[in-house]
Amino acid sequence: MAVAFPFSAIVGQDEMKLAILIAAIDPAIGGVLVFGDRGTGKSTAVRALAALLPKMRAVVGCRYGCDPQALGSACEACRQVAAAPKSHLVPVPVVDLPLGATEDRVVGALDLERALSQGVKAFEPGLLARANRGFLYIDEVNLLEDHLVDLLIDVAASGENVVEREGLSIRHPARFVLVGSGNPEEGELRPQLLDRFGLSVEVRTPADLPSRIEVVRRRDAFERDPAAFIERWRKDDERIRRKIVAARSHLAAVTVPDAALEQAARLCMSLGTDGLRGELTLMRAARALAALEGDAVVGDAHLKRVAPPALRHRLRRNPLDDAGSTVRVDRAVAELFGA
Amino acid sequence: MSDGGTSPGGAGGAGGRAAARGRQAVWADALLAAAVFAVDPTGLGGVAVRAQAGTARERWLAALAAALPGPVRRVPLHINDERLLGGLDLAATLRAGRPVAQRGLLAESDGGVVLLAMAERLSAGTSARLAAVLDAGEVALARDGIELRSPCRIGVVALDEGLSDDEHAPDALADRLAFHIDLSDLSLRDAEEQDTAAPSASQCVIDARARLAAVQVSDATVEALCATAAALGIASLRAPLLAVRAARALAALAGRDAVTTDDACASARLVLAPRATALPAPPAQDEDEPAEPHSEEQESRAETPPETGEPRDDEPAADAPDKPLDDVVLEAAQAAIPAGLLAQLTLAQGSAPRARSAGRAGAVQQGKLRGRPAAARRGEPRGGERLNLIETLRAAAPWQRLRRAETQRATGDGPPRIEVRAEDFHVNRLQQRTQTTTIFVIDASGSSALNRLAEAKGAVELLLADCYVRRDRVAVLAFRGRGAELLLPPTRSLVRAKRSLASLPGGGGTPLAAGIDAALALADAVQRRGETPLLVLLTDGRANIGRDGNPGRARADDDALTAARQMRLGRFAALLVDTSPQPQPSARRLAAEMGATYLPLPYAGAAQLSQAVRAVGADPVTR
Repeated sequence: MAVAFPFSAIVGQDEMKLAILIAAIDPAIGGVLVFGDRGTGKSTAVRALAALLPKMRAVVGCRYGCDPQALGSACEACRQVAAAPKSHLVPVPVVDLPLGATEDRVVGALDLERALSQGVKAFEPGLLARANRGFLYIDEVNLLEDHLVDLLIDVAASGENVVEREGLSIRHPARFVLVGSGNPEEGELRPQLLDRFGLSVEVRTPADLPSRIEVVRRRDAFERDPAAFIERWRKDDERIRRKIVAARSHLAAVTVPDAALEQAARLCMSLGTDGLRGELTLMRAARALAALEGDAVVGDAHLKRVAPPALRHRLRRNPLDDAGSTVRVDRAVAELFGA
Repeated sequence: MSDGGTSPGGAGGAGGRAAARGRQAVWADALLAAAVFAVDPTGLGGVAVRAQAGTARERWLAALAAALPGPVRRVPLHINDERLLGGLDLAATLRAGRPVAQRGLLAESDGGVVLLAMAERLSAGTSARLAAVLDAGEVALARDGIELRSPCRIGVVALDEGLSDDEHAPDALADRLAFHIDLSDLSLRDAEEQDTAAPSASQCVIDARARLAAVQVSDATVEALCATAAALGIASLRAPLLAVRAARALAALAGRDAVTTDDACASARLVLAPRATALPAPPAQDEDEPAEPHSEEQESRAETPPETGEPRDDEPAADAPDKPLDDVVLEAAQAAIPAGLLAQLTLAQGSAPRARSAGRAGAVQQGKLRGRPAAARRGEPRGGERLNLIETLRAAAPWQRLRRAETQRATGDGPPRIEVRAEDFHVNRLQQRTQTTTIFVIDASGSSALNRLAEAKGAVELLLADCYVRRDRVAVLAFRGRGAELLLPPTRSLVRAKRSLASLPGGGGTPLAAGIDAALALADAVQRRGETPLLVLLTDGRANIGRDGNPGRARADDDALTAARQMRLGRFAALLVDTSPQPQPSARRLAAEMGATYLPLPYAGAAQLSQAVRAVGADPVTR
């Protein structure tokens, strides 16, 4: 894929776009899962993110793109270097995990070429190293091999990739935002993996004719002349980028009043979500949303908007319940906040 | 919806000539699709061809080959990732002493067309890989120590030999292929008569390709194609996009620089009509009249038909002298919808649309050569296991210097390039995920209904909750009156299973033999797919309708026992739940004959039931 479709040119799908922006503002939220119909622009939106993100500062020559400002969590090589390593601006990595990827390329492995030709035991970093401080995107996440899923869960949770193979013993930082997309018809996701995603979004094909026409028209225009199309949307993309930058710097200043925390807890209790992860994510997502909108205090309106993506995949599922989890969250939100 | 019906011509022999004309039109459209596809294989994605291997299909492929300037590569059904996407080149790696990458079949076919045989058996994994390549226009490879992106702009021809409605090319792939053609009803004669008129000269195609980039499409055409797609209940937005591209290719093929109404109509006929899942509301009454009630999944679509009229109000530009473009295009598409589809659609309204049949993500494959790859392990390749080259080389790599020196000392020969020893060998480990499909066979006859059909339903619901925990697929068969009926083909949607149970009426005779036969056929089909069937039969064992459909208790019992014995030969795991108020000797005997575990419902609480199923499922040998 040479150039990506511009993020701002995606028609509708507001919840998906919002979830992706929230994850970009606060990576601690823990990733986004996009599930839905075919041909709704799931992967388009994620891939568009790469062009949207502001650049980040990284240590020159570091294979893991360590942050010069936070050497405490950097890789071993960077930690041993003197106080102020040289740094440069690099694009935030958005790494695509291709289908059929093998474990050695994901976690990294012995550099075969150097081992064979020079007899040197060197580590060749994998996709996890490249995704450090950025995003790891898995399309068709429900088709991923189980052992890779286990591995990703483990690394995403610990923020560190531990490689113990072929006589290598390496650990390096691998803090990334996991973004997955898939079609529920291809099979369900294991609950353990489901819970690791901070936000989950359900996308549907737009049902109204004008937006359907607009999708087709824009896509067609993009394919006919990508450069001109991107140029036309550059300003809008730039505006979103500025919003992300502003929201990130504003994030720490946003306060979450006790009343909002109480509402969040009430909502989770009424839905019976397992564990505290739901409340935590709900609170963080609401804070990121407030930052995005330039509000200083988290209020009910923020909670209401982020409740469905933050909670719908955490409900204990009743397989025989006709009502989807989205409906249940909506109902609980309506009850709590008043319609 | 991937393909049209299997027997649109089955309306009887009355309109024989009309039917022949219809088949000729199908063939002409198939040829047109081939030519249009040849103009823009990458943009249009490809063609799904539903047909048995035979002359019609061969002729169609020949016509396509004649139209295409480049060759067509065949992709074998069970191709592994190494050949499909690329991997390590063994010979070159050993020769060069350093890893050498090898391009996969897809990357080698860049700029051409690949042919998938038996696409209906394509695994979800392979289909997703193909879909990713079609979307990105490149192969992303991250395996065997190689990371590589190579351009791969291809078109795909998927040969779908499915017989039943349930068997078709994977939806994820079909969604990306512009044309879905169905040649299964064409006879030799239909295919021949038009053959000479086929646009076989690839020169036309080459000219059209040169013209393609400049072809203009008006906004009105885009709108008309979108509206048509919506009116036909096509949810995916890829369909109208592909239709726009097809219209452009059609215009280029005809030597025009702008898409005309005819092009738009032909495109709607070729691209949109075969995907129709709903028939548009008749134009006369589309104002406030709600569309026909569809199933829940179609709720969003059901709102779309009335909108067909909408552009008329706020869109004066699209108005042609007599008819708006939307209607013209819609009519063209509608005319091409196979006659049988209507019947199917009405049938489908009770249940969910066919295309929703669950994915095949968990299909098991047996033997050491198949399955999902797990991490490699150390060991020599034995019993058909495959050597994992990259892991073997990795294991050997650190020792090269030592070994070279050793060999040189021992033999005095020059150093070999790479010295691999037996202890380095790693073999692929494949994980066989056995997917279980639980088939519920429910006796809904009068005697059962009197006894405890409601309780049987309750028992099934309990078992369904269990199936959810194990991620099983479920199917529901019921028999009553004269025969058996498949209420729900294997699916993972338990909600649908519950719904099909709720609407199950009781009453009538007990055609037990027919029920067992149907269960056996379904279990066979499930097993062929590589899944493990588990049969749960709920009956009181009192048959009174024989195999031939005639009443008579003695005959019916005999038939049932015969059917049960046949089932035993299949060696399927089975559980028979006796639903009669008092445990019946007939049911117990039936269970013994079919090698099923016997469980009388009167004593079976919820816990016992699910325990029994688990025991049967876990250990199919204890029968």
